[in-house]
Amino acid sequence: MDFISILSIFVLACFVGYYVVWSVTPALHTPLMSVTNAISSVIVVGALIAAAAAGSPSSKWLGLVAVALASVNIFGGFAVTQRMLSMYKKKDR
Amino acid sequence: MHTDLIVAVPTWVLLAYLIAGVCFILALRGLSNPESSRRGNLIGMVGMAIAVVTTLITHAPVETIRTGLDAYHVKIDGRTALEILGAIVIGGGIGLIIARKIQMTAMPQLVAAFHSLVGMAAVLVGAAAYLNPEAFGIAVRITPIYGPSIINILPVSRIEMGLGVAIGAITFSGSVIAFLKLNGNMSGKPILLPLRHVINLGTLLAILVLIAYFTQDQSPWVFGLIVALSFAIGFLLIIPIGGADMPVVISMLNSYSGWAAAAMGFTLHNTAMVITGALVGSSGAILSYIMCRAMNRSFISVIAGGFGAVASGGEAAAIDRPYKRGSAEDAAFLMSQAEQVIIVPGYGMAVAQAQHAVREMADLLKAKGVTVKYAIHPVAGRMPGHMNVLLAEANVPYDEVFELEDINSEFAQTDVAYVIGANDVTNPAAKNDKGSPIYGMPVLDVEKARTCLFVKRSMGGVGYAGIDNELFYRDNTMMLLGDAKKMTEEIVKALG
Repeated sequence: MDFISILSIFVLACFVGYYVVWSVTPALHTPLMSVTNAISSVIVVGALIAAAAAGSPSSKWLGLVAVALASVNIFGGFAVTQRMLSMYKKKDR
Repeated sequence: MHTDLIVAVPTWVLLAYLIAGVCFILALRGLSNPESSRRGNLIGMVGMAIAVVTTLITHAPVETIRTGLDAYHVKIDGRTALEILGAIVIGGGIGLIIARKIQMTAMPQLVAAFHSLVGMAAVLVGAAAYLNPEAFGIAVRITPIYGPSIINILPVSRIEMGLGVAIGAITFSGSVIAFLKLNGNMSGKPILLPLRHVINLGTLLAILVLIAYFTQDQSPWVFGLIVALSFAIGFLLIIPIGGADMPVVISMLNSYSGWAAAAMGFTLHNTAMVITGALVGSSGAILSYIMCRAMNRSFISVIAGGFGAVASGGEAAAIDRPYKRGSAEDAAFLMSQAEQVIIVPGYGMAVAQAQHAVREMADLLKAKGVTVKYAIHPVAGRMPGHMNVLLAEANVPYDEVFELEDINSEFAQTDVAYVIGANDVTNPAAKNDKGSPIYGMPVLDVEKARTCLFVKRSMGGVGYAGIDNELFYRDNTMMLLGDAKKMTEEIVKALG
């Protein structure tokens, strides 16, 4: 993909983010932070590419460490978000 | 001389990453109310699974064995595959254990720690891409007739990579400092270096100049210096910021981790990463804005730091003024006679782990026919929404919990305001004292309630802003001095 297509996606996604985040209820701002944390670990994609690539052992090891770090975040981030969200309950009447 | 072309990416792969990006948007969209949020989180997990599986398929670790003149045999490199799986299992296992064990009061530290991991991962991926650019399809190999071939990283990719590792490194070291401050390993007081603004601006400028120079010279020292200076600036930027400003800092680092992911997405031409980066980046930016607005501070003044550095001055003056002190029994009596009680929690409730006791107290009051509501200031606690999570943990229904603007007008018709561990967010100086450092900050009008009960450890301490609260000395205020949890438990006993 060329630079301009990626830039277009990026700019539009910023606008989407702006409107979506403003619609998040303030009561859920902490889960918002933990889930954004989890999804920003999509950087694991880059780490996986580096870990699988042949040609440079040091690059591969950096990739493996990054995979492990991002995995902590992915599993931990989604799990802790789920744990928090399951605590939000309505009044039982 | 010939150049290898960048490998074209199959359409299904592009679509898969796009779908992953859309899943992440839906995950955030779900957070608009607690009912849809759980499904949203699941959609987020699906998105992540799609992104990971797609990458594992397209970038499977393979060995190419030459079996003939023009014949190659491609097979999976089992060892590397196992290593990758191992990394995922180890990381994922640690993550799951932390997520299960962590106390809700420690969420701010946890989020800061997680931010640092995203930052570090961005730096590592950037470094890996620098060392093996061909694997990422961002380099051109020039093979001269004589001599070894030269691998040239594309200039645009160098800028993207430079920005990605710089933001990642800032996120990492900044989050580590934020973690240490939130976790209490480091004092919450701002640490002010002389000439810090000059040092900080100079370092930032140097990083930008180096990234520009990186397009001309891809030597390791340039890359290394960018990373080193970025680690340093992340550290320098956060040490002067005091504990009270942590909600802004943590939101800001959230935003940075997003921009780091986006920059790496540009480097790797990956839609899912770019979309996610943009989402997370704007999310953090909006949260920082909300937090700054709730403190009536400008973003620049928070970043510049130093707020709360004069904390010691007010203490002596605070001690000699007369105030009314009450006991748990007095409080229990007042509240059981009330028609409506509004509970105002703050950071002190989190520190004392008093949320369960508070809910018990509310249950007993409700059984006596008292209407109980909770009022939450946007910056109560150490991160956005901190109080809401703690109350939810203690099984407080979320429809009893109100935001500042929705409940502030109700204090005038309220019999008792029960302020537990909150101080600055109730300080009327924000409304009437132009000289006060918090002047103009929106505050909860607890003084308008017929009686204001203030649970506080002692009279000596002042809030994080380092200023006295004249509310303590008013006629309709009763101070309940003691540990927030113990005091509330005593009230529960007196009520029962």
